[in-house]
Amino acid sequence: MSTPYRIKGRTGDWELVMGLEVHAQVISQSKLFSGASTLFGAEPNANVSFVDAGFPGMLPVINGVCVEQAIKTGLGLNAVINTTSIFDRKNYFYADLPSGYQISQYQQPIVGEGWLDIELEDGSTKRIGIERLHLEQDAGKSIHDQHPTKSYVDLNRAGVALMEIVSKPDLSAPFEAAAYIKKLRGILRALGTCDGNMEEGNLRCDVNVSVRKPGAPLGTRCEIKNVNSVRFVVQAIEFEAARQIEILEDGGTIRQETRLYDSAKGETRSMRGKENAHDYRYFPDPDLLPLMIPQAQIDRIRAAMPELPEARRKRFVTQYGVAPQDALLLAEENDIAAYFEEAAKGATDAKLLASWAVGELFAALNKAGTGIENSPLSPARLRGLVELISNGTISGRIAKDVFALMLESQDEAAAIVEAKGLRQVSDTGALEKAIAEVLAANPDKVTEYKSGKDKLFGFFVGAVMKATGGKANPGVVNDLLKKALG
Amino acid sequence: MALSTDTVSNVARLSRLAITPERLPALAAELNNILGFIEQLSAVNTDGVEPLRSVSAATLRLREDAATDGNQAEAVTANAPEKSHGFFVVPKVVE
Repeated sequence: MSTPYRIKGRTGDWELVMGLEVHAQVISQSKLFSGASTLFGAEPNANVSFVDAGFPGMLPVINGVCVEQAIKTGLGLNAVINTTSIFDRKNYFYADLPSGYQISQYQQPIVGEGWLDIELEDGSTKRIGIERLHLEQDAGKSIHDQHPTKSYVDLNRAGVALMEIVSKPDLSAPFEAAAYIKKLRGILRALGTCDGNMEEGNLRCDVNVSVRKPGAPLGTRCEIKNVNSVRFVVQAIEFEAARQIEILEDGGTIRQETRLYDSAKGETRSMRGKENAHDYRYFPDPDLLPLMIPQAQIDRIRAAMPELPEARRKRFVTQYGVAPQDALLLAEENDIAAYFEEAAKGATDAKLLASWAVGELFAALNKAGTGIENSPLSPARLRGLVELISNGTISGRIAKDVFALMLESQDEAAAIVEAKGLRQVSDTGALEKAIAEVLAANPDKVTEYKSGKDKLFGFFVGAVMKATGGKANPGVVNDLLKKALG
Repeated sequence: MALSTDTVSNVARLSRLAITPERLPALAAELNNILGFIEQLSAVNTDGVEPLRSVSAATLRLREDAATDGNQAEAVTANAPEKSHGFFVVPKVVE
């Protein structure tokens, strides 16, 4: 067990109690209740049907794929799928909500309780409960900076399907919240139910934060809205916890309220306009019958579930012998995992290949600001390079130079090694000659070494490597040097 | 169950209805009449009875996931009191 996270206050330690509400945009061609496209970046109000615009007499018809996606996600979260669920109207007035209500699910959501496991810093895992997952419509978008006294409203996003995924209040540290979001995002991406893009707002997070003395009853919580990156979630929690502790230690009380995280100022502030916002007057939407899901459909989806990142990570370790920390990075995303498995096909040393992918290749991708889908090295070319290290043709050091050359050309590693004459020298005769020359040129160092200055061994290795232009096989050099200096 | 004038005032505000304070007592009385009428239903014993969502035996129909609608920004914004460049234009609302 890891040590529990505590915040030091003036009056002693405090503990955090948090729950997360994640809004994940469902991957689908059309909206939850209309046939308008979900494509991002269209002209204003181009992806809007009369249903989305709240025109009188328009009736919602639910998108079957959105239902499938919610079931799939629920199964990925080890959750109960409710074979009967109900759509309700959540009533509030806002300019980007044309009908005056959002179609959501209140008392009977499509997915019930589940869980996911997060990895803590010390390598242990913690199980975080999922309270529910429900389907609902997204709102439109208001643009406030185009005019001094007017807001511009675009309904392209209005009616796009969202999954609201609510955790239990099981999170007790900022890094646990971060780990939870990353884990959830990895699952959504692996399932293909949400692209997890937080910058475009396709995955949004509300955080409920409260503090208490360890073991004391639950404190009053505040809900922080609009947190759109993992880093901001951590910052918002840290700020909010400190704010609440200061109020309590000054003898004050926490007012339950909705707060907004301002990432520019790094603070949360009250959204006074939302004071009465929780009075949503939910009632079942009379336009929609109960959603009935046949057990056969759930069974079919369960049978076709893709491998999730956690299972994949474990498999990479057992099947390929990949180091656990490399496996974590390679297994999280579908594209990266597919790249690795393609490269590992027929590889002599898949473990070495994994460490090259995570090390050199990821660094090159980061530097180029691109993803694995635009990798300058195909899986086969990377395998070709690593094979040359595995079979002793080149050293790891030379391989880095070859890798750099491969980024600039379409040549195979073997061709570069031949063309540049980089083949590792394992020929003992040639190496013995080089060693003899190095020793002859440094008689004083040889004397020092023999009188017990062992550290000089590295100097001799370096000198031999230099003399051979870095092409000497370091293992062979070590053996021969030991003999020569015997 | 009797609604107070405070509750009626709050419901009116949530519904964006401008009700003057003088009209509240009369409106509360009217609403209480309606609620009283509906309240008679609670005399029926519904223990163990599933709520009836619809009198029809139909279940929810599912739609194909295909983009078949949209590309009609003109028509969508046709009734807007104010519009610009395809957007609806409304008085500034910002948190």
